[in-house]
Amino acid sequence: MQCCVCKEKPATVHLTQIVGEKMQKLDLCEDCAKAKGITDPTSFAMADLMLGLGASQELDPAAAGAELLKCPRCGFSQADFKKSGRLGCPECYQTFAEGLGGLLKSMHKGVRHVGKAPEALRKSRETGDRLKLLQKKLNKAVETEDFETAAQLRDEIKILSGAAPAKIVK
Amino acid sequence: MKDLHQFLITPSQAAQQHGPNDRIVMSSRVRLARNLREASFPGWAKKPERVKILETVLPAVSALPEMADSFAEAMDNLTALDKQILVERHLISREHAAKNVGSGIVLNREESFCVMINEEDHLRMQALRPGFQIREAWNAIDRLDSTLEKKLNFAFDNELGYLTACPTNLGTGIRVSAMLHLPGLVLAEQINPIIQSVNKLGLAVRGLYGEGTEALGNIFQVSNQMTLGESENAIVERLEKVLSQIIEHEENARQTLLEKKPKTVFNHVGRAYGVLANAHSISSKETMNLLSLLRLGIDLGSFPGTERALVDELFLTTQPAHLQKQISDKLSAEERDLIRADMVRERLKSVSRPVTK
Repeated sequence: MQCCVCKEKPATVHLTQIVGEKMQKLDLCEDCAKAKGITDPTSFAMADLMLGLGASQELDPAAAGAELLKCPRCGFSQADFKKSGRLGCPECYQTFAEGLGGLLKSMHKGVRHVGKAPEALRKSRETGDRLKLLQKKLNKAVETEDFETAAQLRDEIKILSGAAPAKIVK
Repeated sequence: MKDLHQFLITPSQAAQQHGPNDRIVMSSRVRLARNLREASFPGWAKKPERVKILETVLPAVSALPEMADSFAEAMDNLTALDKQILVERHLISREHAAKNVGSGIVLNREESFCVMINEEDHLRMQALRPGFQIREAWNAIDRLDSTLEKKLNFAFDNELGYLTACPTNLGTGIRVSAMLHLPGLVLAEQINPIIQSVNKLGLAVRGLYGEGTEALGNIFQVSNQMTLGESENAIVERLEKVLSQIIEHEENARQTLLEKKPKTVFNHVGRAYGVLANAHSISSKETMNLLSLLRLGIDLGSFPGTERALVDELFLTTQPAHLQKQISDKLSAEERDLIRADMVRERLKSVSRPVTK
């Protein structure tokens, strides 16, 4: 097994961190482990370490056209992310959404925001959530040929989306 | 332009600020990362864009009621020494101290709010409180954020929450942290298992000056790492629980040490006092580590009549930039060590030798 930092020497230091149900693994060679200050594996935070590593910062290369992708707003590219581990602008999150998914999953508790939202968006956010739920129910109703419920749901969706016209972010 | 040094509270005033459990929790902090929807993140924006962002954000922040009497300045107007002093006061990050044109700071008079502009994100807003008050700090910064969002258009996505330059801050953009003095756990050699179990809970343990720094003076920072998929309240609650447990462990460790190994404890405290009260040259690092033991001695009743504030003040005034500020000439590290020792000896004149029963 190769060291995931230098990608040259064989990995002899293996670290595993389990948070909740997620497991993260790192395989390092002796020198890189020392350079990263992991002489005592009990006294460091894995996330700090991971963030300092090029390996974990890569966006998923399997994402379609990932290499050529550039943010239309700010011109940021995947290579830039690999260098800095930071994105270029808020819109980058849409541009690189596909490649970011796995990364977010590995570093956070969930992939959907829970918590505060700007007041102005809170309402449309709630409406958006409700619409999604109704749409799901509608699909199910259609599938099961429960047309009475489907008609009801369709009306409800119509009213709801009329109340918040096209103000649904994303 | 306001003079930073006139504006800042004195180290002695800073050391006199008290809060719940401040025997162990030196301070609490909550910071929120926010960005403007229509601009590139500071690390990617070109200089003119950063300047424009600063010109938008700085007046908006200064106009907040919480910042009515504030120190608001562009980073390029501060000297290297000013910035270092702000770092030593834990008001800005070391990263922010390295910034110049296009970055700024807004600090209120009480030093309970400090906003960094164009650090890694357009805004890094912090609420600071003495002692164990992370809930109060969160409530305070939440209010400030709610007022500010009426004036600035923050980047927010329905799925991902507040959008930040680094994906590690995505979602709530919150970092809740407390600075802990844990000499008991260090002396009892229980600190590593504690750090390990705190890490397992998805929390980070860092040294005195944050990311990548060592735990000088037995001072540790504990903070959340994950920001997406968990609400601010849940994060604050989790930190509260974990911190309460660490406090309990530290108190237990001190008690056990006193019962089982009193000689070890008094030896450490006595030697620390001996060196600090008599040294003629002492490094910043050694000073921190010995002051920590002196602080422990005060907590354990070895120095009747001496307040913890004396040590906390020395923690600040013996730092390189604070020391440099008191002396007008440019000092070498060796000269600083001499002056530092002089200052500590002078301050400890009024402190009698530790008593042991």
